[in-house]
Amino acid sequence: MSLAEFWFILITILFIGFFVLEGFDFGVGMVSRFLGKDDREKRVYINTIGPFWDANEVWLITAGGAMFAAFPHWYATMFSGFYIPLVFMLLALIIRGVSFEFRSKEESYKWRNTWDWALTIGSFLPPILWGVVLANFMTGMPINENKEMVGGFLQFLHPFALLGGVMLLFLFLVHGLQFISIRTTGDLNDRAKALSKKVAPIALVLFLAFIITGYFVSDVFTYHGQTFVVLPIMGFVALLWGLSSKSSVGERGRFALTTVSIILLTASIFIGMFPRVMISSISDAYSLTVYNAASGAYTLKLMSYFSIALLPFVLGYQAWSYYIFRKRLKKEDELEY
Amino acid sequence: MDPLIIARLQFASTTIFHYFFVPVSIGLAFTIAVMQTMYVVKKKDVYRKMTKFWSVLFLINFAVGIVTGILQEFQFGMNWSTYSRFVGDVFGPSLAIEGLLAFFLESTFIAVWVFGWDRLPKKVHLASIWLVSIGTTISAFWILSANSFMQNPVGFEMAGERAQMNDFVAILTNPHLWSQFPHVLMTSIATGAFLVAGISAWKLIRKHDVEMFKRSFRISIIIGASTAFMMLFTGHWQAQYLVESQPMKMAAAEALWETSEDPAPFTVFANINTEEKMNEYELQIPYLLSFLSYNKFSGSLEGLNQLQAEYEAEYGPGNYIPPVKTLFWAFRIMTGVGSLLLLAALYGGYVSRKNKLPKNNLYMKAMPWVIALPFIGNTAGWIMTEMGRQPWVVFGMMKTEDAVSPSVTAGEMLFSFISFTTIYAILAILTIYLFARHIKKPVFLEETPHKTNDPFETEAGGADHVTG
Repeated sequence: MSLAEFWFILITILFIGFFVLEGFDFGVGMVSRFLGKDDREKRVYINTIGPFWDANEVWLITAGGAMFAAFPHWYATMFSGFYIPLVFMLLALIIRGVSFEFRSKEESYKWRNTWDWALTIGSFLPPILWGVVLANFMTGMPINENKEMVGGFLQFLHPFALLGGVMLLFLFLVHGLQFISIRTTGDLNDRAKALSKKVAPIALVLFLAFIITGYFVSDVFTYHGQTFVVLPIMGFVALLWGLSSKSSVGERGRFALTTVSIILLTASIFIGMFPRVMISSISDAYSLTVYNAASGAYTLKLMSYFSIALLPFVLGYQAWSYYIFRKRLKKEDELEY
Repeated sequence: MDPLIIARLQFASTTIFHYFFVPVSIGLAFTIAVMQTMYVVKKKDVYRKMTKFWSVLFLINFAVGIVTGILQEFQFGMNWSTYSRFVGDVFGPSLAIEGLLAFFLESTFIAVWVFGWDRLPKKVHLASIWLVSIGTTISAFWILSANSFMQNPVGFEMAGERAQMNDFVAILTNPHLWSQFPHVLMTSIATGAFLVAGISAWKLIRKHDVEMFKRSFRISIIIGASTAFMMLFTGHWQAQYLVESQPMKMAAAEALWETSEDPAPFTVFANINTEEKMNEYELQIPYLLSFLSYNKFSGSLEGLNQLQAEYEAEYGPGNYIPPVKTLFWAFRIMTGVGSLLLLAALYGGYVSRKNKLPKNNLYMKAMPWVIALPFIGNTAGWIMTEMGRQPWVVFGMMKTEDAVSPSVTAGEMLFSFISFTTIYAILAILTIYLFARHIKKPVFLEETPHKTNDPFETEAGGADHVTG
């Protein structure tokens, strides 16, 4: 395996980490304002992700930094190409990020309601935009001979991309609801489960529609052979198993299964893209690949040492923080946010 | 409108705005860590309450710092894709390592700290705020290693159209980095310390919680005085380095059009005419510039016009003179502010040692205004650093005008610029509002220490719920 290939795997892992972790906190952010019947309840929902959302978001920031370092062309083409979607995503992440801190600083309903909306919008928008980006990763984008994406931003919004956006939204929604179910008790817990039951069929249909359409409009599910179709299908099975009312895997089991589903879906897309990182719809020759987009061997080697040395610590202390804050929240608990 | 101008405006607004919050995060994290250490060591509740009081401000500030930082990182790819392709190999690793080494550390342990009060053993909890403080410092180091590459590119070779790293040690030992990092670190800690001192003075005048704010004032003024002193020292050191490495930047900062006489006088004030490339009036102190530049009363400095001729010979025709007026005044504002800060801190340290503090009204009334000075100085410093490098984005290698994204339209950039500056304005107002709200409350009630939540006890309730 070449270093560039190794770095492709690492960046895939960073994106998987981002989707799995921030995925559930997006999901919680989507529902807190609607599931919580009073201020206290909304706060409990928000506090289920209180200690985690920030570090979860760092997975995205680090993925961005790693792309910049290991595949400058990928970073440059993608970030300048998806310009307008990224502006919206960043605006969403900004209002969402401060909403956690600002919300409980003031008693008035108006103030808190404003920040509830900031959290809601800030949690809805990024999953949709990432779904659009993933779908475009699959179908390819108009990248010219200079590795520049051309044609403006409306072209990203083709039907399959919109399907991708809505699919990811629902996937993160059900993922977030499972997270709530392992972090709360009583009413709050019941309500998340009830909603999960209601939206589960929609999430499943969208997921299935996405992988079936993806199979026809893109080559990524079968690029390395028909057998790779197994990955997205297993992703669907995991989701079905996790969301079905008949399965008896328990709350943690369900959360684990939605996690697996996100991992498999993301992995199937990135594996199918490989060795391409940005597929050109103009000509195969213009596609960015792990080879023509990568940094020099020196940088890749250096970065490999750093990541191999540091990632175990990062994973270790992040896991530890999940461990110390694993206790379920109750309405009468002291809340920080 | 030219996309280049919008992209530059956006970079300037994002960087300046982001940098209102960064030094406060670095400075407050350190100051609060000191306060909490005193709580853990001395076991006095006043230190606990103090730590909690300042943490409210720290966390508001930190939140805004984080969200503006995401854009700071992503805008290289969004607005400056040609630049990103050109230097990603050398510049990118600093950002990636910053994420791996600093951002994960800060974001995880700040949550451990916020949510861990009374839930974690005291020393573990104290360690978490120190880890946050260390994280902010590491973060500063890596982002400055990236900036230093732009100022003084080292450790690379050209591979076709792109710069490729070939010497990581050179990047880590870049003299620009080591002239810049200590200065930035000291000014940042000073910024946080003066914020605490200024607010404490305001509270003491109003006799709010005198015991707590007297101590807060004392801690912060000691930190402020020592860092302000080192800030001037490291700044001086950095300026001397810049005379050698970026003579154009320093010549512009001195509005020195023609190579100076030997010994060189220092220009206190000048009426600069950039059209005629001369100063119409200048007030000078003889010998001083030589002394400041070389630690001796001799030696001349090259002028802008001479450097321009040299650069044209080396890099081809073009204008290599950065905006002289801006640099000249930015430099004076920065150094003036720094000197005032040192005076304020030394005097404050003196009176608080003598325990004259609450009576000393004129000084105490001035201190809340002093809070603004570090922010002015920080901004002026970055304007000088970044504008002084123009027309280059990477000194001697790539011009700013060649760095912008070719595929992004002016309209898209304008949309992004307007959206982000609007949201910055809103965030600024909200931050000030929330700060003021917290500060104005006469009584700070730390929420009653709740029943100890032992994180290691077995889970209650929910796990037994029937699923499905």
